[in-house]
Amino acid sequence: MLFSEIIKMAWSSLGANKLRSALTMLGITIGVFSVISVMTAIGALQYSIENGISFLGSNIFQFGKYPANISASGDVQEKFRNRHNITYQQALHYYRLMEGEAREICLKSFGYEVKGQAVYNGVKTTPSLLIVGTNRSFLTANAYTLGYGRNLNDEDVDLSRRVIVVGKLIEKRLFPHETPIGKVVRVSGHTYTIVGVLAEKGTAFGQSQDDLCIMPITRFFEDYGEAKRTVNIATQAFTQDTYNRTFDRGIGAMRIARGLRPDQPNDFEIYSNDSLKSAFVNVAGYVRVGAFVISLIALVAAGIGIMNIMLVSVTERTKEIGVRKSIGARSRDILRQFLTEAVFISETGGVLGILLGIVAGDLLATWLKVDLIFPYGWALAGLLVCSAIGIGFGLYPAYRAANLDPIEALRYE
Amino acid sequence: METRNSIRPFGPVVIDIENITKDYVMGEEVVRALRGVTLQIRRNEYIAIMGPSGSGKSTLMNMLGCLDTPSSGRYEFNGKNVAEMDDDELAAVRNREIGFVFQTFNLLPRATSLRNVELPLIYAGIESERREARATQVLADVGLGDRIHHKPNELSGGQRQRVAIARALVNGPSIILADEPTGNLDSKTGEEIMDLFEDLYQRGNTIILVTHERDIAVHARRTVHLRDGLIEMDHAGFIPELDLPVAR
Repeated sequence: MLFSEIIKMAWSSLGANKLRSALTMLGITIGVFSVISVMTAIGALQYSIENGISFLGSNIFQFGKYPANISASGDVQEKFRNRHNITYQQALHYYRLMEGEAREICLKSFGYEVKGQAVYNGVKTTPSLLIVGTNRSFLTANAYTLGYGRNLNDEDVDLSRRVIVVGKLIEKRLFPHETPIGKVVRVSGHTYTIVGVLAEKGTAFGQSQDDLCIMPITRFFEDYGEAKRTVNIATQAFTQDTYNRTFDRGIGAMRIARGLRPDQPNDFEIYSNDSLKSAFVNVAGYVRVGAFVISLIALVAAGIGIMNIMLVSVTERTKEIGVRKSIGARSRDILRQFLTEAVFISETGGVLGILLGIVAGDLLATWLKVDLIFPYGWALAGLLVCSAIGIGFGLYPAYRAANLDPIEALRYE
Repeated sequence: METRNSIRPFGPVVIDIENITKDYVMGEEVVRALRGVTLQIRRNEYIAIMGPSGSGKSTLMNMLGCLDTPSSGRYEFNGKNVAEMDDDELAAVRNREIGFVFQTFNLLPRATSLRNVELPLIYAGIESERREARATQVLADVGLGDRIHHKPNELSGGQRQRVAIARALVNGPSIILADEPTGNLDSKTGEEIMDLFEDLYQRGNTIILVTHERDIAVHARRTVHLRDGLIEMDHAGFIPELDLPVAR
């Protein structure tokens, strides 16, 4: 029997029960859709991260109390929580040790718990501004550029001046028609003079990077307290070539600043663009495994749906099977016919799921402003899994159909 | 009718059955459907197998149609031992050597006449162009040349049975096995179908009718009466008087 004939038969019998076939197909489509959309989005993110986005400026490494690893549960492990904060004194110690060894050394402390809200002339921003206490190197270290006005300088820090440099979003909201330079705004109950505005950076992973204001780190400590804060230190090497040397010296200086004995391990985390990338790739790996497992469960459920519907179909078409056998269909012809129907349902559902999944994943990627990809590997894997499910769950019903006794089947009403 | 009584010369033996039995186990009981039937059917015979229900008629028909194999005894089809065939070989015999015609037509409801008639050719592995030409030809032969693209529910009962007959004929089988072919038709249409069988017989086909209706059996040239799993009578022509105890 020709394969094209089997396909034609499968098509016609599926067409006879359009709604039923479509619903069965939908199960597969959803399963495949979920895995493909997640894989597409993650693939697009990862591609962008590996080929462009920089978390930090170039040739920069950073020390902090907590690791960059974004823990899936959001919990900070005991080990890191019990570490002593990196105090401003230690950071300054490091700064002095490294002066002349590095192009820029950025000390920064984030006011995550401060609900920053800027007010000017009665107009308010959303209370979600990020307030950062830092020095002049913040822009370089975090890949920001100055829009206009001036950057923070060393004097601002030494004198803990009440000056801030604001992100683009704040300028847009509070100063749509005038220059913000020299204006005094209230931020969370304190007044500051705006001296500069950062150029727009856009969003990363759906989060705006323009809703922050930076002020001298000394001023930040005076206004928001120093006791419970830890300082992050970003160090930029002069060139790519000197990066490794600067990196080694930096670790040495940091150990001295922290007062560690030679036998004690580092009580701080070191991260660079590379380590941040690998941290992301790590998390992406978990998400992938999770998406894959969930989809697999969905696909097994859909496969059971296929089996169910095929069993119903075999019962309904008992007479037809008897007729086919009486005019010369062999058992294996019947087996192939029903198996093809099952595979047809799962493949069609799978192709649909792949297409929709890629569209959805790439829409997500567009929203996250990263490059679009076509996940060939996953698409192929999706097709293979669908075939396996069609065959796996279609085999038993098809086997039942093939082994019907022709006499009994003909008698069936 | 002149032709009714004309007996065409017989050909070689197609079906050679010797002392076959068939037992069914139903729960605790063993039902002996056939208790030792011996029968020879030659090419170009027109034979009616008659008997009341429970006589073993259906069992014998299933056996003749290679849908079932005997419990014991010898069955040769065109000189080949059917009792020893496996499922695939039986399927091949059903496909090429036997044309079934059923009481309930048993057409595939969603397929056109053409598609229904093509079906045995599909299982015979014949490619689509030759298949279509052959099926179209046979449909024309049974008088349905203008109905090839109709589906069964667009045809009358008589026309449906003609499609079924065309399907039985399409592979050029050695025998046509018709099980109560007029059972679901009114008497006028039934007569038309019997005329078609007569026509097929005259064109050289071998026809086996399984029926309990005397009006139908009367068309055959030979009648075999079954009772309680045994052949009660086997005689040429149709003798109404002899038939009386069997028929209703």
